[in-house]
Amino acid sequence: MLTEALARLGRSGIGAIAGLGRASLLLVAMLGGLRELAPRPRLLLAQVYNIGVLSVLIIAVSGLFVGMVLSLQGYYVLAQFGASESLGIMVAASLVRELGPVVAALLVAGRAGSALTAEIGLMKATEQLSALEMMAVDPVRRILTPRFFGGFLAMPLLAAMFSALGVLGGWFVGVGLLGVDDGAFWSQMQAKLDFREDVVNGVIKSLVFGVVVTWIALFQGYDATPTSAGVSRATTRSVVHAALAVLGLDFILTALMFGG
Amino acid sequence: MGTTRTMEILVGAFMAAGFVALFFLSMRVSNLSAGGDGNGYALTARFDNIGSLKVRAPVSMAGVRLGRVEAIGFDQDAYQAVVTMRIDAAYDRLPTDTFANIYTAGLLGEQYVGLDPGGSPDYLHDGDQIEHTQSALVLEQMVGQFLFSKAQEGSQ
Repeated sequence: MLTEALARLGRSGIGAIAGLGRASLLLVAMLGGLRELAPRPRLLLAQVYNIGVLSVLIIAVSGLFVGMVLSLQGYYVLAQFGASESLGIMVAASLVRELGPVVAALLVAGRAGSALTAEIGLMKATEQLSALEMMAVDPVRRILTPRFFGGFLAMPLLAAMFSALGVLGGWFVGVGLLGVDDGAFWSQMQAKLDFREDVVNGVIKSLVFGVVVTWIALFQGYDATPTSAGVSRATTRSVVHAALAVLGLDFILTALMFGG
Repeated sequence: MGTTRTMEILVGAFMAAGFVALFFLSMRVSNLSAGGDGNGYALTARFDNIGSLKVRAPVSMAGVRLGRVEAIGFDQDAYQAVVTMRIDAAYDRLPTDTFANIYTAGLLGEQYVGLDPGGSPDYLHDGDQIEHTQSALVLEQMVGQFLFSKAQEGSQ
């Protein structure tokens, strides 16, 4: 009874570590495909389109509304202290430092990451990946590498769009609807937000999230059990794992960047 | 061919929009444009107490920001704080007997270095030290002095 429970724990532990190992090997293999990707930029272009361009709408709309809500809620608290002029700092700092990279990564994991997993998983289930291998084409380098770098490139741009539109949404609500002074909104924001501290750290975060989200999505697809149920489970796992990884890494990155 | 072309244009527009957003965040939202970091000239000043002055706090004269605090150090021999300020190159005619104070913006605001011009015909240059300084007002000390003087009045 006890030994059975211990064995089950051990099995799941070994399974997790083996999965981590396969994921790391896949990452190395994908990075190794960079040399073959360089002469074929069109493959990358198609993936930037899939992951980036097709995510613009959800990113833009979410960014706008998150900024507007931040502005409304922030104004409520700040007005109690007579500090409603600081609304710009609050909206911009929370967007550029945290919400931009994190929410954009969560949205990309849901919109593009799940699609990547399902696509790769189905390719595996329908033996398209094996067919490629039969033709002496390495499926990791041909299929996975362009998707990985597409996500890596698209994520910081999407996060920047999210933050920029969020600030504009916050400005619209704060200045346009709630009557915060236009000059104070921008000038206090500029005085308090630092390029290196805030903007660059936000971009670093979104680069890390871009790697993690696409890596998890591609690994889950590549590692999926090649059945309908397996692909469905892998798609779920892809979104759940990516969301958990983004939120966990965000804490670690924030502690490293702003904690000291 | 047509679809590839459309895709190329859309990806180009996407990347352009991303870079515009980054540019907006750098220039409009953060203070990259107002920086002047790296250029300009450095001045040092010694204070007995800098209160809660921080690096990057503004340095201003007559309410206009002339530069920023670049570094804050400590002199172990004189037990004083050494504040290095970087003044924008445009403001190169500060008299040598300029007076440096540490003020607080508003009642609870952050602290900044306020410069008051002297009357000297010579100007401060890169690396010069401002000789006349006044420390930050620390609220606890002021309250303590006030109570002390009141107590003395009472005992007389």
